[in-house]
Amino acid sequence: MGGSPPLAVRFDHVSRHFGDVKAVDDLSLDIFDGEFFTFLGPSGSGKTTCLRLLAGFDQPTSGRILLHGRDVTGQPPFEREVNTVFQDYALFPHMSVGDNIAYGLMIRKVEKGERRKRVAEMLDLVRMPGLEQRTPAQLSGGQRQRVALARALILRPRVLLLDEPLGALDLKLRQQMQVELKAIQEKVGITFLYVTHDQEEALTMSDRIAVFNNGRVEQIGSPPELYESPGSRFVADFVGVSNLISGPIAERIRGSAEVFSVRPEKIQIRETDSIAPDGYCSIEGRVKEVIYLGMHTRYVVELDGGGDLTVVEQNREATSMEVLAARGRKVRLVWHPTHNRRLGTAE
Amino acid sequence: MRSEANESRGRAPLSLRLATLGVILFLHVPMAIIFLYAFTTDDATFSFPPPGLTVDWFGVAVHRPDVWQALLLSLRVALIATLAALGLGTLAATAVYRSKFFGREAISFLLLLPLALPGIVSGIALRSAIGMADFPFGFWTIVIGHATFCIVVVYNNVLARYRRTGRSQVEASMDLGADPLQTFRYVILPAIGTALLAGGMLAFALSFDEIVVTTFTAGHEETLPIWMFSQLTKPRQRPVTNVVAVFVIVLTAIPIFLANRLTQGGSE
Amino acid sequence: MSPTRPARDRDSQGPEERPVLLRIASFLYLRPSLVLALLLGPPLVWMIVVYLGSLVFLLIQSFFSLDPFTGQVIRVLTLATYKDLWTPANLDIFFRTATMAAVVTVTTAVLAFPLAYFMARYASTRLKTVLYLAVLLPLWSSYLVRVYAWRLILAKEGILNWFIQQLDLTRVLDLLLRAPVIGGPSLSVSFLGMFIVFVYVWLPYMILPVQAALERVPRSLLEASGDLGARPGQTLRHVTLPLAFPGVIAGSIFTFSLTLGDFVVPYSLGNSSFFIGQAVLSLTGTAFNIPLAAAFTVVPMGIMAFYLVGARTLGAFDAL
Repeated sequence: MGGSPPLAVRFDHVSRHFGDVKAVDDLSLDIFDGEFFTFLGPSGSGKTTCLRLLAGFDQPTSGRILLHGRDVTGQPPFEREVNTVFQDYALFPHMSVGDNIAYGLMIRKVEKGERRKRVAEMLDLVRMPGLEQRTPAQLSGGQRQRVALARALILRPRVLLLDEPLGALDLKLRQQMQVELKAIQEKVGITFLYVTHDQEEALTMSDRIAVFNNGRVEQIGSPPELYESPGSRFVADFVGVSNLISGPIAERIRGSAEVFSVRPEKIQIRETDSIAPDGYCSIEGRVKEVIYLGMHTRYVVELDGGGDLTVVEQNREATSMEVLAARGRKVRLVWHPTHNRRLGTAE
Repeated sequence: MRSEANESRGRAPLSLRLATLGVILFLHVPMAIIFLYAFTTDDATFSFPPPGLTVDWFGVAVHRPDVWQALLLSLRVALIATLAALGLGTLAATAVYRSKFFGREAISFLLLLPLALPGIVSGIALRSAIGMADFPFGFWTIVIGHATFCIVVVYNNVLARYRRTGRSQVEASMDLGADPLQTFRYVILPAIGTALLAGGMLAFALSFDEIVVTTFTAGHEETLPIWMFSQLTKPRQRPVTNVVAVFVIVLTAIPIFLANRLTQGGSE
Repeated sequence: MSPTRPARDRDSQGPEERPVLLRIASFLYLRPSLVLALLLGPPLVWMIVVYLGSLVFLLIQSFFSLDPFTGQVIRVLTLATYKDLWTPANLDIFFRTATMAAVVTVTTAVLAFPLAYFMARYASTRLKTVLYLAVLLPLWSSYLVRVYAWRLILAKEGILNWFIQQLDLTRVLDLLLRAPVIGGPSLSVSFLGMFIVFVYVWLPYMILPVQAALERVPRSLLEASGDLGARPGQTLRHVTLPLAFPGVIAGSIFTFSLTLGDFVVPYSLGNSSFFIGQAVLSLTGTAFNIPLAAAFTVVPMGIMAFYLVGARTLGAFDAL
């Protein structure tokens, strides 16, 4: 493999201050061409601000933003070659679906026949053929979202920005759209920059994820990297459920009081009298809570030495009754030590 | 959303319904009476019942030159004042919506002041200022006075519409490559168009009917309300005044009605 | 798998078509303060120079005085004009006007409430729109025409007197007209008549804020009150009325202020006992005395200033 692919976006020591508040704090990151890159983080972490800085709706207090090598920091949004899909879709209510999608082409004075052809192509791509004449008011949430996507994609931007576009949809539709978005991105081949607070969504779709916290990026990596090797307590907690073990219990398990994490699905629940396999970590406790979730069950186990561990097991053979009966029972937790992860930059 | 509230509305007690009807009648019957008197044959008194009914007075009114002069003046003043109010009101509403700045809340208050203060205060203030500036009293002084209190009418309408529309459409337009002028033409103007129209019509009605401030700023010119005011104590050809009154009622009812229609679809 | 490189669309736009406008647009986009100044400038300059300037000038004028011999305004700051203001006759005028304003305000509040309550609480959406328009129409309609209508109605030979004669209530009317303050030679020249007309013209100004305030009372509050055992009358007194009160205050700002400054109604239906509005008008007429007129208007301005401050603390501005 030769050098890394060309750079689509570079944030170079970008800061955005609002008086005393540092919405974005000295942020530097690179996004490669063709990636599905996600900004993940809780509300107020700066991820949407960064997206808006890239789109041009806001100007950084300091630092530079480069788009395909060109410094776009001073440019207004209508001069930048990025397009955005907005959280509230921002469709123009007084225009038809077709006119909405063709808006960018109309602005660029593309002639009518060509516009019509490309609009039809886009509607096919987002699987809403033939709906050119409808108005946004006549569409459902999912349909509006696709029109917003088509409207942005038709201009063939080299980077597409998506600001929590699936937030308003119900779960089933959201999951369906996640798959579709990913498929579209792979088909069209452009760089997607996706902003979300939903870690499951990020894990599903992304090539790489940047985890935001308080205006800074805590970790950048692929979904497996983030999940299996969280670099900090925040990432361990935010991306998936995690158990963070420290102090005397950590000492008993690993021989050091340093904090480490272990994912709940890596732990098995056994009877107290069962013997842990060789080399496995083992600890005893009592089941405090059982949460039945259909596909799997989540147990909260109170350890004998104090503290809780969360364990998740698939309901492969057990029925709900059996599972719920476990509450209050004394159990032994075992897991393989390879699943113990030291936090890269602990705390 | 609203239908749920309607289901449990219940029936109002009879006394309340009667009171409501009474107040509505109280508000509207006097205007109906003017309509009646426009047709009376009695030309000197307001006697009831009218001795006879005729439509002749409409013809007489049409031939009165002073009526036409006053009417045309009122129309011209209202038109210019409305245009000025549209321009200034939209600029102010856009500024207030777009940015946060020191004194933002004060702007709304400032624009409301000409309507909130008693008319004689505004009237005499303008009059003494104009007099000191040695500006000739006449058409333009009337327009200045009217434009000043019409601005807020347009401003409120446009601002309310901005708030209902939100910012993301403008951002989307610019994101798709439209510069601010194109955005204004294709996105903003269609969004506020009917609000502008409604505000303009309300401003027109307000200007057309205004008497208090106009009395102070008009000099020797006579707008229609001033003409009517001078007719109040003149016993000559009273039904002509009634005809003009009927005409004024109808003329100002139309923009009110239309303005209300244009701003439906949200509560104002 | 290398992604397909899309064609650039910008090439289809003539590159030299609008460079100047585009450059200006980009320039302005990055300077929001400049844009703000451009937007806010004209209306602000207009309001401050034309309006506020006039008001300030008026205030200053009230501190000038009129030379009794030449009839010219002496531009020397003095309190002489205010002393001239403080005569028994003028105090009468203030008192008369303020009392009328207060009485009119209370009456409109009482009359407005049932209608506003019905509109907010019981009217269906369609009926509410109809009623709303029914109130809006007189509000925006020519106020002069509406005053004129009452001249017709109240005239000696007019419809009201006709009704009174038909109902044989002439003696009651005569009694009222002979009453010390409110009476007069006829209904159309009396304080009673003025009172009726004032209430009539300002009623819509009271109805709308009260209706808006009542509209804002969440139904859940009323239901909770009933749920806790209150009878409808008690709910009205303890829950609805206090919550609607800011709306009443807001409406009262209009009725009070409008009555304070009006000259049309007193002129049409009054006698020689002046109201503030008439006094000011006459002082700009033949008895040309701008400083005194200015001083006259300062009084209602001052009253309204206090009233507005009081209204604000009572929450009226939220109801507007």
